Parts: sequence; structure tokens; C-alpha cells
Amino acid sequence: MNSSRCAACKHLRRRCPSDCIFSPYFPANNPRRFAYVHKIYGASNVGKILQDLPVSRRAEAADSLYYEAYCRIKDPVYGCVGLITILHQQIYDAQCQLARIQAEIAALSSQSQSEVQQYRQDENVGPSFLPDQNGVPNSTSYYDISTWFD
Amino acid sequence: MGGGSSPCASCKLLRRRCAKDCIFAPYFPPDDPHKFAIVHKVFGASNVSKMLQELPVHQRGDAVNSLVYEANARMRDPVYGCVGAISYLQNQVSQLQMQLAVAQAEILCIQMQQEQSPAAMVGLPPPPQDEKSSLLLATNNFNNLQQCFGFASTSSNVMQDPLKRESLWT
Repeated sequence: MNSSRCAACKHLRRRCPSDCIFSPYFPANNPRRFAYVHKIYGASNVGKILQDLPVSRRAEAADSLYYEAYCRIKDPVYGCVGLITILHQQIYDAQCQLARIQAEIAALSSQSQSEVQQYRQDENVGPSFLPDQNGVPNSTSYYDISTWFD
Repeated sequence: MGGGSSPCASCKLLRRRCAKDCIFAPYFPPDDPHKFAIVHKVFGASNVSKMLQELPVHQRGDAVNSLVYEANARMRDPVYGCVGAISYLQNQVSQLQMQLAVAQAEILCIQMQQEQSPAAMVGLPPPPQDEKSSLLLATNNFNNLQQCFGFASTSSNVMQDPLKRESLWT
């Protein structure tokens, strides 16, 4: 037997041909990679999946098959679907938290604006530039202090 | 297939007798042949049987559902399968975490601003001692607000003018 067989052919105890479909993606120095994939999908199914893909996509496909097989071995009931469920939950929780914080920001902003306006009413202070002439503050006039010196 | 009961979808596809204790029968009913077909195509009936046999009975239903989900994902995306969905969702989580961090920083800023008096918020002092000191105080407060909200320094050019003009008053 050729000593430079790929991990797949070593596992399957067969000759590793020069055009072996597994050898670019299952090198001999990582036997666990093929063992996991073979356990979950079977060598025949993996071979078919890879053969149906263009050569340029096979490496990524082999990686994703290994990842899914790894997840399935770690979690025989849910596999990588368990991770998808967790991520969906994290997204939902983050969206709820973001909505709460944004509502809080809106409430605090309107509260601070009304405090400022109340202060102006109570103390009758401020040059006329602070609100615009219509009494509705807008961002341009609020931060443009050049009118202080007109 | 004795007793006239219909074989399960897996035994129909595999063209074999559906035993009374067929491991597939509870999860692959005959009215949904596509479900087993897709799982068989991706994983193989033998592998699915081994996986189910290694699980307690009460977990096999969930296992079959997740296998069907993965098989469907692999058929839709032969390169990435479920991993494509995982990558997309992880990216969404990262983006949301960034948005949360920004929102939390904004709230801290507003709270800091609210701890100051309303007079300071509008850049005005309490009754001024003299015009020069009141102008400096308002300028400092305005600069603090700018830093709090990270405004660009272009508006600070406006700020420099009153400081320069101040010298005309001396």
C-alpha cells in the first residue's frame, strides 16, 4: 500500500489513486477529520457531494461537512441546528434589549428637553438665539453661537 | 407488511419489508416520502439508523427533525449547508451587539448631561459676575457637550472666535 495515502483511503483501507476525490481535503495528518465526516455522512455520500461540485468549491464544502459532522457528534440530538436555535434566541434577546434602550433614550431626551424649556420659562433667561423665533428649537440654531455676537 | 398496514416511507423507498419494530416508522410516515428521501440522500439510511439507535426513544423525534433540517439546508446549499445560516446569524449577532454598545454609550451620555443643572445644559451660567467670566463658562460647558456627543471640530472654529473677540473687551 502506498504510504502517502490520504486519510480517507487509510480509513477505508484501500489504495489511494492519484485522482482520489478525498485526498486534497482529507490529508493523512488529520485522520479525525475524515473519521467524523464518514461516521455521519458515509464516504460514499461525501464523495457524491464533492463530485457534484466544481473543484473550486470543494474545499469549502469539505470544511462545512466536517463542521456539521463535528457538531452532530458533540450533540447527537440537535447537531448544528442547536447552534442555530441559540443564535436565533440571542438575536431576539439583543433586539428586545436594543428596543428597550432606544425607548429609554427617547424618553430621556424628551425629558431633558422639557427640563430645559421649563428652566427658560421659570427663569426668563437666555438670549433669543436659544429657541428659534417660533419657539421651536432646532439643532442649527441651538448649536450656532455665532449669533451671540450679532 | 403483514396485517395490511402500510410500510413507512423509508421501507417503501428502500423496497423492503417494514417490520413491526422498524426504527424509521414512527418518524417517517408513508404520507411524506420526501422527508426520508432527502435524509437518505444526504446521510444515508444506514447512518440515520445507527444515529437513532444510539439515542433514547424520547429524543429520536427531535433528532429526526434536526437531521431533516440539515439535509434540507445541504440540498439548498450544497457547499455550505447549515454552516451558511450559522455564519449569517453570527454576523447579525455581532451587528446587534455593536448597536447595543452604541445605544448604551448614548444613554450614559444623556444621563451625564442630565446630572448637570438645566442652566449648564443650555450653556448659560447663573447670574453672571462679569461678562468675560460668563462667556468663558458658557464656552466650557458647550465644549463639554460637544465632546460628549463627539461633534466634529468644525463647530469649535466658531467657538474660537468669541475667545479671540474677548481680547477686544479688555
